[in-house]
Amino acid sequence: MTSFAPYIVFLPFIGFLVLGLFGSRIKSEKLIGIIGSGVVGVSFAIAMAIFVQMVGEEPHARKHVVELFTWISAFTGTASSIHVVVAYQVDQLSILMTLIVTGVGFLIHVYSIGYMHGDAGFWRFFAYLNLFIFAMLNLVLADNFLLMFLGWEGVGLCSYLLIGFWYDRKFDVGGYAAGTATTNDAARKAFIVNRIGDFGFILAMLLIFHTFGSLRFDSVFNGAELMSIGNQAAFWITLLLFVGATGKSAQIPLFVWLPDAMAGPTPVSALIHAATMVTAGVYMVARCSILFALAPTTLQVVAIIGALTAIVAASIGLVQNDIKKILAYSTVSQLGYMFLALGVAAFSAGIFHLTTHAFFKALLFLGSGAVIHAMHDEQDIQKMGGLKKYLPTTYKTFLIGAIAIAGIFPFAGFFSKDEILWKAFSSEHGSVVMWAIGVIGAGLTAFYMFRLVILTFEGTFRFGEEVHPHEAPKTMTVPLIILAFLSLVGGFIGVPKSFFGNNMIEHWLAPVFEPASTKLLLIEEGVHATEYVLMALSLGIAAAGIYGAWKVYTKRPDIAESLRNKYTKVYSLLLNKYFVDEVYDKTVVGPTVKLSEKLLWKGFDVAVIDGALNGMASLVSVTALWFRKIQTGIAQTYAVVFVGGIVFVLAWLILK
Amino acid sequence: MSLNIADFVSSSPLMAVTATALLLILVEASRKGRPGLSFTLSMAGLFAASVFAVVNYSDEQIVFFGMLRQGWYANFLNLVFLSAAMLTVLVSKPYLERQGAHRGEYYILILFATIGMMFMAGANDLIVVFLGIELMSLCLYVLAGFFRTKDTSNESALKYFLLGAFATGFLLYGITLIYGTAGTTNLEAISKNLPTLSSQWMFMVGVGLLLTAFAFKVAAVPFHMWAPDVYEGAPTTVTAFMSTGAKAAAFATFVLLFHQVFQFTGSKVNDLIAYIAAASMVLGNVIAIAQANIKRMLAYSSIAHAGYMLSGIAAGNSEGQTGILFYLVAYTLMNVGAFGIVGLMEKVDDQNLQLDDYTGLSQQRPFLAALMAIFMFSLAGVPPFAGFFGKYYVFLSAVKADMTWLAVVGVMTSLVSAYYYLRIVVLMYFRDGKGDVAAQPAIPALVAVTSSAILLLQFGIFPSFIVNAVQKLF
Repeated sequence: MTSFAPYIVFLPFIGFLVLGLFGSRIKSEKLIGIIGSGVVGVSFAIAMAIFVQMVGEEPHARKHVVELFTWISAFTGTASSIHVVVAYQVDQLSILMTLIVTGVGFLIHVYSIGYMHGDAGFWRFFAYLNLFIFAMLNLVLADNFLLMFLGWEGVGLCSYLLIGFWYDRKFDVGGYAAGTATTNDAARKAFIVNRIGDFGFILAMLLIFHTFGSLRFDSVFNGAELMSIGNQAAFWITLLLFVGATGKSAQIPLFVWLPDAMAGPTPVSALIHAATMVTAGVYMVARCSILFALAPTTLQVVAIIGALTAIVAASIGLVQNDIKKILAYSTVSQLGYMFLALGVAAFSAGIFHLTTHAFFKALLFLGSGAVIHAMHDEQDIQKMGGLKKYLPTTYKTFLIGAIAIAGIFPFAGFFSKDEILWKAFSSEHGSVVMWAIGVIGAGLTAFYMFRLVILTFEGTFRFGEEVHPHEAPKTMTVPLIILAFLSLVGGFIGVPKSFFGNNMIEHWLAPVFEPASTKLLLIEEGVHATEYVLMALSLGIAAAGIYGAWKVYTKRPDIAESLRNKYTKVYSLLLNKYFVDEVYDKTVVGPTVKLSEKLLWKGFDVAVIDGALNGMASLVSVTALWFRKIQTGIAQTYAVVFVGGIVFVLAWLILK
Repeated sequence: MSLNIADFVSSSPLMAVTATALLLILVEASRKGRPGLSFTLSMAGLFAASVFAVVNYSDEQIVFFGMLRQGWYANFLNLVFLSAAMLTVLVSKPYLERQGAHRGEYYILILFATIGMMFMAGANDLIVVFLGIELMSLCLYVLAGFFRTKDTSNESALKYFLLGAFATGFLLYGITLIYGTAGTTNLEAISKNLPTLSSQWMFMVGVGLLLTAFAFKVAAVPFHMWAPDVYEGAPTTVTAFMSTGAKAAAFATFVLLFHQVFQFTGSKVNDLIAYIAAASMVLGNVIAIAQANIKRMLAYSSIAHAGYMLSGIAAGNSEGQTGILFYLVAYTLMNVGAFGIVGLMEKVDDQNLQLDDYTGLSQQRPFLAALMAIFMFSLAGVPPFAGFFGKYYVFLSAVKADMTWLAVVGVMTSLVSAYYYLRIVVLMYFRDGKGDVAAQPAIPALVAVTSSAILLLQFGIFPSFIVNAVQKLF
């Protein structure tokens, strides 16, 4: 069955080709939707079948590599020989990612049929979505760094195309003056910021090839197992890889693009900017766990960046008013948790949170899409309210998502977030401070999520007479219900020992992370009394956050008002996202633009490049003129030149 | 010594084309004025020969009393020649019909030229090499003058013939000198005695004369001067065939002689070839920029491409051989494709042959424009098209042979070449057209150019398919 793995990857590509080439001729939206969703659905079915087969295998025999063809082969037989094969690797980690990408992806495709109904670019949207799934599957199923990078770049391209899908719409992008930017600028910002990270990835790849002489995961990781902790090369490789991860997964300092990526249609935000693409960095670090295990310093960096991002993004989320931007900052914050987990060497906890987050964050985004749909493209939650009456299904499912992300027992988020917090506390790579940051972040998360829920669904209507909210069609609500169900029970795949579970996901992933665990001498610890205390604490703080939001936004709106007035500075700091965009604008973007304009454009480009080019051009025309004199059209001249050539050849051979 | 059935079997591609050509002569003699039948028969014969070539893709063996060497090498190139011939035949039919010169002997000449090429690639004796070259060249002289009422076509044929005869003289003289020193024209025997031979200056003069003759055939600087005039004046589809099949055949012999027989590495011969390569790349690319006529531009481009491929010969290593063979496949596809489109665009009386005539093509013939863009990108060496890997492999071989400077020249001149290739793309896509540019496309020609484009993409993404075919049987 595993030999079918390439079909998982190529089916969405076929969908892309069909829709991309003939989409504009297909008149029926239904047919386009069926093709677009169908290919992803079939991919999911194949992935599921492979998964079922793998469950029946010995844990250490679950890795399968399917080779397709040699892609690049050069310098064979020498020390610098390079041999890149297009091959897909199915193992516990990649099949889990594949199931998430195709499963959640399928639901979002179905949802989009309703959401994009009537859009002029309906076929284009589905073509891009299918291309995205193809690239993402290449990323997770690749068996070498180069193919992974191809997927990495591919998802970046699709992200760019989809953020700017409505390329002519106005959109306020951080760093631009209000009212001057379009969604296209948001797309460009995402792309350029990601380039910085991608550059790190490229450098890491070159260094990997230099160090291990291969780009294949197997060879690299086997080589890494023989190295000792603290290896210099491993440090630089992992640091550069992490730079790549901060770009794709929107971590400090490169997180600024993700909130603006909300310019894209909401299903895109759900699929690419919440459930799958942005977790690519997490997946990549987990995939390279053995390399990171060799570099404790990098792990430390990862943990600190993760924890910082978690709390910074959560605090920004407290005061935002755009429903999608709140969710965007929430995503940044949750990704921070995942990196915190990876940084304290709790790789499977990071992947566990990635999984549950995919469920509830996709749910929340799709729910917000249903709200926006109902409100005729209104996204300001201050202008909503009381929507639960009109959108009962959306409300219920959204509430489940909010409870799940807040981390209330027994919803999915509870188990995965608690696992991270416990590891942050107990691991020798973690610390009490990191745990504390995590817990405070959890409290903030609960607060801003319920602020969002209450302002949107509860209380009184704050919209005009002309708006008539209506529940979304079945194609949109059914995915919501399925995702709500998953957000409810998704956590049960990782019930810890302290709850008399056996943490299935950790056992499932164990063989993948075994080399790293062995290297770091991680031991499986038993049940601690402390764990219960900490758990109760974090639950209490989450509950307090929810209560606080409820109190402030239903009973005492004056509290919010007075807090805002009392702490104007703090409020404006948070509302303006710590002025990060402005700081980048002053320190990086502005000087770069100035430098480009003054020195590179008017100095280097005009003087040097154009000068050289014009010089070349006149040189060419002079030479051409000269040659035209010889190129007379008279055959005798040609014969003379010919003879000249022969004389030269013979003289060279005889005299030299 | 006696004639074996096995000899015929192993050279069945050659036999198939010969039989078809002979049959066509009979057909033409008995049923005059039915060129459609000749078209069909020649396609069938070429296709059958390709099938035989695939079936016989195996270890090499010497056949016909040591005259021919048949096996993977000959058949790899046979497939290139046959593809070039088939694509040319496909684009020729509508072109000749439109130009009012659709006559059956055209196909016969194409087939005989192909036979000559196949002799060249499968030769095991200098005499066979010579016979092959002459058979091919004579057919091409006639083909170049196929529009016999047109001055330009006649001029092209005459110039090609005069200079070709000139080059043949030196080729024959070179063979004579080699025979004089080696006492044989058999390639295997020469290869065996090489250590003693290469110290004799007379032998080296012979080699030098062979080198000039082949440099003439591939249109390398300074033996290139005929190419622009001939390419411009000949019927466009004949130019397509000359610039691909004939060039591939010359390179086939080049590789055969210089890689496999003489086996020079790091010698002064390699240096000499490197200079010729560098001069061709620089000159071809620079002068191409100044051209306004697309056929002339492609002629200079083909001089430059000869330079790229010669880098592989100069390198003299196995990578060079792989690189050239790969390059030939890519080059054949993209050049036949480009000339095919030029042929589709061309109107009677040499209309629509200027670069400006391609302005705004994307609006009127989006499909043709897209194909032309693919060929231009591939010629410029942009991935994911096969042209990229062709360049990659020959430059790689130069680097491995410690001729990094040659690879640098190659890359720099490729950069220059992007200017004139992409200018066509710019004209087609970013300028408004003046209306009615394209002639009515015809099905066989469209089939040919489309399949060329698809194959370019395929070999650009899966280069290992061809590389394995070359290396597996090394």
